[in-house]
Amino acid sequence: MAVNRVVNQIPAAAAPLDPESAEWLRALADTGPRREAALARLHGMLLRIAQRECRRRGPRLRITGPELEDLAYQAAADALMAIIAKLRQFRGESRFTTWAYKVVILEVSTKIGRHFWRRPDVQLDAEDWNRLPGRFGFEPAQESEWRDLLAALHRAVDTELTPRQREVFVAIVLNGVPLDALAVRLGSNRNAIYKMMFDARRKLRTALAANGYMDHHTSRRS
Amino acid sequence: MNGWPELDRFLRTDPRDVGCAEAMEVLHVYVDLVASGAPAEQRYPGVAAHLHACGPCGEDFEALLVAVRDATD
Repeated sequence: MAVNRVVNQIPAAAAPLDPESAEWLRALADTGPRREAALARLHGMLLRIAQRECRRRGPRLRITGPELEDLAYQAAADALMAIIAKLRQFRGESRFTTWAYKVVILEVSTKIGRHFWRRPDVQLDAEDWNRLPGRFGFEPAQESEWRDLLAALHRAVDTELTPRQREVFVAIVLNGVPLDALAVRLGSNRNAIYKMMFDARRKLRTALAANGYMDHHTSRRS
Repeated sequence: MNGWPELDRFLRTDPRDVGCAEAMEVLHVYVDLVASGAPAEQRYPGVAAHLHACGPCGEDFEALLVAVRDATD
């Protein structure tokens, strides 16, 4: 992956604040009723976004009803606390509300990732390789065309990946564990798990290419 | 062999990809650029490459863009 820190591309001296962002910062730095009103308004905005995101993502993860509503309220409350705590870090590179919305959306992602493990049917390390074709949309009727390719992929997973990379591959690809949920279970974070899968994907592609599978199937496509 | 495009996409990695931490650090800046019609992908190619490849970060990007657009409608 790229090593140049992308944050270095943000101008050190950010542009002057837009009037709406400046007003938010003034109100939140104030005391008394003005600050209270700003906090209440901001909480309302964060809650609406959290509710929409929870409703959109929840059913896919089989979270519904009051549980989903609780997640939204927790995400909005925690996001508000986080925003107030790091208000001084806001440098005006974006609108204030965009920065604040990001905080609540990332809270929703984290909370849904944690909540995933409450499902009783989730298995982290089961290995059913018969699921592999379905994960990529290979149809049983055409097994003669993909059997060798997926056998080679399975071999590459076993021989090319480190034990940790293999564990992550099995959890995400075979068992369909969401990346954020896996990060919670492994005591890691999204970035580290993504990087592990990134390196694993590159190794697998190289291994398949070395055995002629990538050229073969690329030429078949054209 | 209809699963090939999906497998090919899964195995493809972009060396410009900056990873989740970097992409999330500037996501608010990136989204404001996209929402305003500015060439965000040209300015932050590594972030764009990451958002195309990473499901969770791509989902957060889409959610933030919707929130910003809803607020300005």
